[in-house]
Amino acid sequence: MHANVHVIGDATGQANFKALHDPFWVRWGLVGVAVGFIVLFLCVPLGLVLYQAFSKGWQAYWTALAQPDAIAAMQLTLVVALITVPLNTVFGIAAAWAITRFEFWGKSLLTTLIDLPFSVSPVISGLIFVLMFGAQGWFGEWFSAHDIKVIFAVPGIVLATIFITFPFVARELIPLMQEMGNEEEEAALSLGASGWKTFFKVTLPNIKWALLYGVLLCNARAMGEFGAVSVVSGHIRGVTNTLPLHVEVSYNDYDVIGAFSSASILAGLAIVTLVLKSFLEWKQARV
Amino acid sequence: MSILLNNISKNFGKFAALYDVSLEIPEGELVALLGPSGCGKTTLLRIIAGLETPDFGRVLLSGEDKTEQHVSRRGIGFVFQHYALFRHMTVFDNIAFGLRVKPRKERPTEAFISKKVHSLLELVQLDWLADRFPDQLSGGQRQRIALARALAVEPSVLLLDEPFGALDASVRKDLRQWLRNLHQELHVTSIFVTHDQEEAMEVASQVVVLNQGRIEQQGAPADIYDHPANAFVSKFIGQTNVFDLSETESNWLQRAGILAEKPQGIFAHVRPHHIDIVKAEETSGSPVTLKDWQHLGATIRVELFNPQHNGSGATLFAEMPNERFKQLNLNKGDRVAVHIKQAHWFN
Amino acid sequence: MTQSNIMPGFRPALAYTLFYLGLVVLIPLSTLVFKSLQLGWGEYVDIITNNRVVSSFRVSFGTSLIAALVAGLFGFVIAWVLVRYPFPGKRFLDALIDLPFALPTAVAGVILATIFQPSGMLGKWLMTSFGVQVAYKPLGIVVALIFIGIPFVVRTIEPVLQEFDTTMEEAASSLGATRLQVFTQVIFPNIFPALLTGVSLAFARGVGEYGSVIFIAGNLPYVSEIVPLLIITKLEQYQYAGATAIALTMLLVSFLLLLIVNLLQLWARRRSGQI
Repeated sequence: MHANVHVIGDATGQANFKALHDPFWVRWGLVGVAVGFIVLFLCVPLGLVLYQAFSKGWQAYWTALAQPDAIAAMQLTLVVALITVPLNTVFGIAAAWAITRFEFWGKSLLTTLIDLPFSVSPVISGLIFVLMFGAQGWFGEWFSAHDIKVIFAVPGIVLATIFITFPFVARELIPLMQEMGNEEEEAALSLGASGWKTFFKVTLPNIKWALLYGVLLCNARAMGEFGAVSVVSGHIRGVTNTLPLHVEVSYNDYDVIGAFSSASILAGLAIVTLVLKSFLEWKQARV
Repeated sequence: MSILLNNISKNFGKFAALYDVSLEIPEGELVALLGPSGCGKTTLLRIIAGLETPDFGRVLLSGEDKTEQHVSRRGIGFVFQHYALFRHMTVFDNIAFGLRVKPRKERPTEAFISKKVHSLLELVQLDWLADRFPDQLSGGQRQRIALARALAVEPSVLLLDEPFGALDASVRKDLRQWLRNLHQELHVTSIFVTHDQEEAMEVASQVVVLNQGRIEQQGAPADIYDHPANAFVSKFIGQTNVFDLSETESNWLQRAGILAEKPQGIFAHVRPHHIDIVKAEETSGSPVTLKDWQHLGATIRVELFNPQHNGSGATLFAEMPNERFKQLNLNKGDRVAVHIKQAHWFN
Repeated sequence: MTQSNIMPGFRPALAYTLFYLGLVVLIPLSTLVFKSLQLGWGEYVDIITNNRVVSSFRVSFGTSLIAALVAGLFGFVIAWVLVRYPFPGKRFLDALIDLPFALPTAVAGVILATIFQPSGMLGKWLMTSFGVQVAYKPLGIVVALIFIGIPFVVRTIEPVLQEFDTTMEEAASSLGATRLQVFTQVIFPNIFPALLTGVSLAFARGVGEYGSVIFIAGNLPYVSEIVPLLIITKLEQYQYAGATAIALTMLLVSFLLLLIVNLLQLWARRRSGQI
C-alpha cells in the first residue's frame, strides 16, 4: 500500500508540475508545427504511393506487378535478403559475444570498425566492389578467366548489400549484452552447462528481442538498398534489377503505374517494419 | 515571513494527497514536516513553493494570498531532494543563477554577484569549489551548494525537500547540526520535509506530523513527544509499548500500576523509559520474564516477555540508565515485576 | 590478452569476427586507398580541382549542411513535443518518425520528386503561390535530405529529453527565472550536445545520400549534381581513376568533418559539465 501511495504522491506525471507548464499558445503552436511537419513530410508521401499506384485502378496495378520484370525483381530482392541477413546475423552474434564477454587489446577499435559501413556513402560501398571485381579490378582478370561474373551480376549485388547492412545486428546486440553482464552465463556454466547450452538456454532468450530487432532492420535495408546496388548491378532487366532498381527503371521510363506499384510493395515492407519495430521496442521495454 | 495555509486539498487522479490541511507557521521558525512516505508532506512543501497548485484552499505568505502566484515570482528558496544542480554550470554559475535571471532593472552588477556568490560559498564553507561542476562534488557538498544557490536570492522562506535523505549517515549527522546553526544565524523561516522522526526532533523548533494527507499534530518537539495527540503520533514519534485493554488482563495491568486511575481509552501507550522493573519477589508488580537487553550508549533497552498473553503487549521494551540496570543485577530468564509510571490513552 | 574469464568461445568468436570483417569490409575498402595510390599526385589534383568536381562537392556539402540545420530545428521541436506534451495520435506519429529509415531511398526519391515537381501536389502550389520551384533545383536536394535527416535528429534528442532532470527546471523557476530563461539557460545547454550529434549524423548521412536525391535533383552539372552521382557518372564512362579519386576525397572529407564534430561535441560536453 505504502509503496503505491509513494509513487502517486511524490512522483506524479510531469503534466501536474506547474513550473513546467508552458503557455497554452506555445504548447499548441509547437504541437501544430510538429504534427504539420510529420503529416506533410511523412504521411502525405505514404498516401501518395497508394494514390499513384492505384490511379488507373486495381487491374492496372496487378498487371504492372505481374510483369515478368517485376516478378524477377521481387525474386532477386528476396534472394539477396535471404543470403545477406543470415550471414550478417551470425556475424553480429559472434562479434557481440567476443566484444561483450571478453577483454582484449584493440576492442574499441574493433567496435569502431564494425560501424564503419554506416559512415560510407552507398555509392562508394558499390564502387569498392567494382574496383575489386570489375574488368579492371584486382581480381577481375582471374574471375573473367574462370568465367565467373561478380559485377553486373547477383554476387556483386549480394556483396554490396552485405557491406551496407553489415553493422545492424551487431550494434543492437553489443549495448544490450554489455548492460546484461555475464553473471547469468557464469551461473549456467558453474551449474555444468556446456558453452552452446549456455548460449541457447541463457544468452539467446535474453537477447532474442534485440536480435529480432537487428534482423528486422538488417532485412529492411537489405531489401531496400538502392545506391550501392545500383553501382554494381548494371541494371539488366529481369536479371540484375532488384525491386528498388525496378522502381527507378520504371520511373525513368515514365511508367508511373509500374514504378508506384513496385514502390507500394516496398512502402508496405517499410510499414510492416515500423509496426514490428514498435512491437519489438514494446517487448524489449518489458523484459 | 509567516506562512498560513487555509484548507488545502490536492488530488492526483483519485488519490487524495492532501485533505483539508490548515497550518500556521510563525516567522523565523525551523519547521519539520514529518510523516511516513506518501503522507503528502512533499506535496504540501511543493504547494507552499508554488511548484504545485492546490485543488482547494489558499496559501498566504506574510498575510498575502499567493496561491495563484508563479513559483518564479514567489521569492522562496527551494532545495530539491536530489539538489537539481544545473549540471552544465559551475558551482559559481549555479549560485549566481538566481541573480542573473532577474529582470535587467533589478539585476545586480557582475561585481556584486561575484561578491555575493563568494560570501555564500564562505557561508557554506566551500569557497574552494567555485569552478567545479556538480558531477565533481560529493553528496554533502552538493547539498550545501544547493542551499547556497537557494539563499542567493535572499528568499523570505527556505523550503527543503528531504534535505539529508540522499546522504551517508555520518555526513547527515554533521549537516543536521550545521543546518540548525545556519538557521540560527540567518533566522529565515524554514521548512524541511523528512520521514525520520529523530531528524525532525533534533533539528526543528516546530514539528508538523502528517499522515494520509492530514495533519495529525503540530508543536514543539518536546510537546509532541510528551503529549502525543493521537495513537498515530505516539507510535510514529519514538518507541511505544501498546496495550490493548480488550486483549490484556486488567488484573495484570492493575498490578503494573497502569489502572490505578480509570482507563481513558481502549489503548494504553507507554514509552519504554516509563517502564521500571524490579526483581519479582521485591514488590507486587506484575511479573514478566527478562528475555534480552541491548546497550544503546548511556541507556539500556530491556526486552521483556509476558507469558500470560499473546498478541500485542506480549513483548515489552523498557529503557533505563546503565547504572540502574547494573544495580538490578539481572540475568536472562529472570522473573521481574513491571511498574508503569505513565501512559497515554487513546481510543 | 587477459583471460581470467571462464566464458567459452573467445577464440572462434573473435577469429570469425575478424575474418568476416576483413573479408567483407576492410579488404574492399582498402581497394579505394590502393587504387588512389596508383594515381600520381598531379593527376589526383587535376581530377579533384576540376570545375565540375568542385561544384559537385559544393552542392553536396552545402545542401547537406542546410538540410541538417533545418532538420535540426524541426527535429528539436518534434522531439520536444513528443516527449513533453500529451496529444491524441502521439504514439502513431512517434512510430512514423522512423519512416525515412525504413522506406527504401529510391521509393522516397520517386515520391518526393512526384510531390514537388512543378505539376505535383505541393510543387504546383509552391510554384503558383510563391513562385518557388523545388524539384530539379538544389532546393529539391535540400528537401530530400531533410526527409532523410529528420529521424537522426529526433532519435538522438528524444532519449536525452526523456532523461532530463526536470527538477533543474523547477529549481531555475524557484530562483525567479522566466520560462524563456529556463529554456535558454537550463534546458537548451543540456540538450545542445545531443542536438549537435543529431545534426552531424544527419549531415554525414546527407553527404553520402544517393537514392532519395537523384530523382528530385535534376542532376544538372555545376548546379544540382551531387558527388555520389558524379562518381557513378565517371564509373559509367569507365573512368575508374576519376571515380576513385573523388570517392576517396569525399570519404576523407567526411571523416575529417566527423572528427571536427566529435571534438566540438567533446568541447560542448566539457563546457556543460557532462564529462
